[in-house]
Amino acid sequence: MRKRTPKIDIRPKHVLSACTVLCLVLILVSFRYGDKVSPVKTAVGSVVTPMQKGINTVGTYIAEKLDAFQSMKELLEKNAELEQKVADLTYENSILMQDKYELDGLRELYKVDQKYADYPKVAARVISKDTNSFYSVFTIDKGANDGIAVDMNVLAGNGLAGIVTEVGKNYAKVRSIIDDSSYVSGMFMKTSDTCDVKGDLELLDEGYIRIENISINAKIEDNYEVVTSHISDKYLQGILIGYVSHIETDSSNLSKVAYLKPVVDFEHLEEVLIITELKETLQKLDE
Amino acid sequence: MIRVLITAVEILFCFLLQSSVFPKIALANVVPDLLMILVVTVAFTRGVFPGMFTGLAAGLLVDCCLGDVIGLYGILYMFIGFVNGYTNRFYDSDDYIMPVALIGISELVFSFFYYIFEFLLRGRLNIGYYAYRLMLPKVVYTVVMGVFFYKLFHSIHKGLLAPRKKED
Repeated sequence: MRKRTPKIDIRPKHVLSACTVLCLVLILVSFRYGDKVSPVKTAVGSVVTPMQKGINTVGTYIAEKLDAFQSMKELLEKNAELEQKVADLTYENSILMQDKYELDGLRELYKVDQKYADYPKVAARVISKDTNSFYSVFTIDKGANDGIAVDMNVLAGNGLAGIVTEVGKNYAKVRSIIDDSSYVSGMFMKTSDTCDVKGDLELLDEGYIRIENISINAKIEDNYEVVTSHISDKYLQGILIGYVSHIETDSSNLSKVAYLKPVVDFEHLEEVLIITELKETLQKLDE
Repeated sequence: MIRVLITAVEILFCFLLQSSVFPKIALANVVPDLLMILVVTVAFTRGVFPGMFTGLAAGLLVDCCLGDVIGLYGILYMFIGFVNGYTNRFYDSDDYIMPVALIGISELVFSFFYYIFEFLLRGRLNIGYYAYRLMLPKVVYTVVMGVFFYKLFHSIHKGLLAPRKKED
């Protein structure tokens, strides 16, 4: 190669400038007309995704082997802790069941429909994460073929994990709620005070994300549950996000800020559920 | 021709490892930048043009699969390939310190520009935190991985070069 280069006699500088211009044009085009370039992304995605799926099994294998080194003692401790938890929960469950019977009776009396219908869900596997690790975006192995669409809510376990931001034929990208640019409109379940839940990279290490814009009059305490609110336009109502802590008054003295501990374990996210129902958008009368 | 193909396979291999296998064994929540190692290696061992095009191809692949805006990674990786290409004149096949140092410096520069484009423009000013929390571990991890992967890519490169030397 080194021998042939002088014969062609193109200056590297010129090729560099040409490629730079090309890239700048690409940036502008994709920034301005984001939806027009998505076929290209989908094409690349459908080539790479099957390979990622394949190699992902290798990754899972390695991860499992590493996990096996976890010490016995740790597991025993965990077991004791979990047994205690089972006992607690069984007790709690029996109380809740009583409440539920009462509630059923009352509901029938008032003829109130069930507040949250069972949302239809699709299970998917996490196959890759953003390589740059600045962001908490991950890719799942279900796409438009399986009925996934942009803005669908993604759950993991019993809590909110994120939202679908991009859909390909057989894959979809999900931005998790701990992402630095994520924003969810939330609500305290007990007091119905609304708030904004924002991802924050700086708090991520401690396992928290940030809550802002809580009313100064809100009577909230640590460990109150935060769910998605009724005023959110993308997230369905009533999905558990996490538990509040570190409540403080804002520097402006007009609102409160707090930390939120998400219920989803984002470190070990392997399988997620996608709600295949979108929040209905508001439409004007004349449409 | 065969080199172009081999390089394309290497790019794909790095990308797959980086996006699917390494996140599972990430240290301090960062993943080593294997594509950076590949781009610097190609630029250092082969020169400006191969470095530049490898960078461009690797960057555009990452853009298409992960980024929101196509071209940003492409431009960054391309410039890194281009600049590193000029170190080709110091290339010596037994020298391991120089390429590893180059990988470290390139990764640092890359992270810095990435911070500017993705964070500073959104008004996140706390650079100290980002440097400490993300850039530094990423550079260290990439350099450590760079030692092994440089050797791998370099031996592939030498293997391809061997038949031609015999002809001479």
